Formats: sequence, structure tokens, C-alpha cells
Amino acid sequence: MNASLRLIIALAAGALFGFGLSMSGMVDPARVIGFLDVASGHWDPSLAFVLTGALLVALPGVAIQHRLARPALDAQFHLPTTTAIDRPLVLGSAVFGAGWGLAGFCPGPAVAALSIGLLSPFIFAGAMIAGMMLHDRLLAGHIR
Amino acid sequence: MISYWPSLIGGMLIGSSAILLLLVNGRIAGISGIVGRLLGGQQIGPNAAFIAGLLLGPWLYAAASGHLPPVTIAASAPLLVLAGLLVGVGTRMGSGCTSGHGILGLARFSKRSLIATSIFLATGIVVASLMGILR
Repeated sequence: MNASLRLIIALAAGALFGFGLSMSGMVDPARVIGFLDVASGHWDPSLAFVLTGALLVALPGVAIQHRLARPALDAQFHLPTTTAIDRPLVLGSAVFGAGWGLAGFCPGPAVAALSIGLLSPFIFAGAMIAGMMLHDRLLAGHIR
Repeated sequence: MISYWPSLIGGMLIGSSAILLLLVNGRIAGISGIVGRLLGGQQIGPNAAFIAGLLLGPWLYAAASGHLPPVTIAASAPLLVLAGLLVGVGTRMGSGCTSGHGILGLARFSKRSLIATSIFLATGIVVASLMGILR
């Protein structure tokens, strides 16, 4: 019972996420580049509003989560437990940022944009998936 | 003047999605983590359902607004491949992306996420600005 409800919640959360990405302009690499390229002379601050809006909801949401013993449909919360500031965190984030700045796509918008029917998101997402598998199968554990 | 309301409200919807998944399913809405776990065969059902929803999102937006969201990609195919590889390797190595670190991590006051977000924003700004100058 809970397992099928969790599927419905995951579907709804994904749809809400994709709708929000579409409405906010974050699904558009040109808008993302317009925010990241600070030397262009016509900087677009939209993305700062997206992050602000997301945090306006997420901050009180996390405060509610702290008061709950468990989520509505599971026995416990599944949260990250790592606290170390290590080399993979720093190096990985730097590499991710470089790729984000090159094309204007991060994982969420890249996946959402697949449904629009353009070729470019498929090229990017295919390479992104290859990169993830390359890391998870070959690199993971070798960088410390 | 460009209106920033759609960006702010769109951002609030993204935050609502993350909190829905957190409070009901107990999971972090980090897209690189969800895609990575799906590729690794973990929790296939909920992760695939989230991705299916994510793909539906632009079309639900089209149904509500009357048009699909604009997606303008300036990068050439070789550049898209390079960018995709860097994003794939980097998000898995750094345990998260704009959603997991940038939204939920910051909201959870995670020091790791604050550092990750500062770094990927910094390198993103440097690379995008250099690309703009070279173009």
C-alpha cells in the first residue's frame, strides 16, 4: 500500500519539479548562461530568484521535517550522513560547475528538456549518463 | 522590464516538490542522485516515477500556459558532449547538483552543501563568462 502511494508521490513531486523548472526559466540553458555569464554586460538575475523562491519553501519545510519522527509513508528519513569536507566533494563540484557553465544544463533541466523534442538535450543527457556511469563504475573510491 | 515573478514562483514550486518528497517519502529530491541511483538499479520504482514526472512537467506547464517553455541551446554537439560528461562525473563525485546541494542542502544548513554550491557556482560563473568573452 505505502509502496504504491510512494510511487504516486514521486511522480507528483517530479511533475511539480518539472513544472517549476519550466515556469522559472531554469529549463532554458540560454537563461542559465545569462545568469552565469557575468561579463556579458546584460546579466540576467532570474536564477537568483529561482533559488530564493525554492529556499523560501524549503527552509520552513525542513523545519517541519525536524519535528517529525518519520516521513508520512516510510519508517525513517533517508538523509545524507556524510559530513566530511573531502576531496571528491570539492573536485566533483568544481568539475560539475565547469560543465554547467559550458552548456547551461544541470541534471534536472537536462532531463526535463528531453520531453520537448529537441536533439541537443539528448546529446547532453547521453553524455551526462555516460559520465555518471564512468564515475560510479571506474572512478568512485579512487579519489580521496 | 523583465518580470521576475515567474522565476520566484517557479522556484517556490521546485521547493514545494522537494519538501513533498522529503516529508512524505523521506527522500532528498536531488536529480543527479535520483538518476544515478536509477542507473545503479536502486529503488527503481520511485526513482523512475520521479523522472517520468519530471518529463511530464514541461507539458503540464504547456497545458497551463498555452506554450512549451523556451529551450535555447547555443552549445555545439561536441561541446554538449564535453559538458554532459563533466556534469555527469562531477555531480556523482561531488554527491549532488543544483537541487540536492543547492536547494535541500542549503535548507538543511549542510556545510558540505554550502561548500559544494559555492564551488559549482564559482566555476560555473568563471567558465560561462570565459566562454562569453571567447565567443
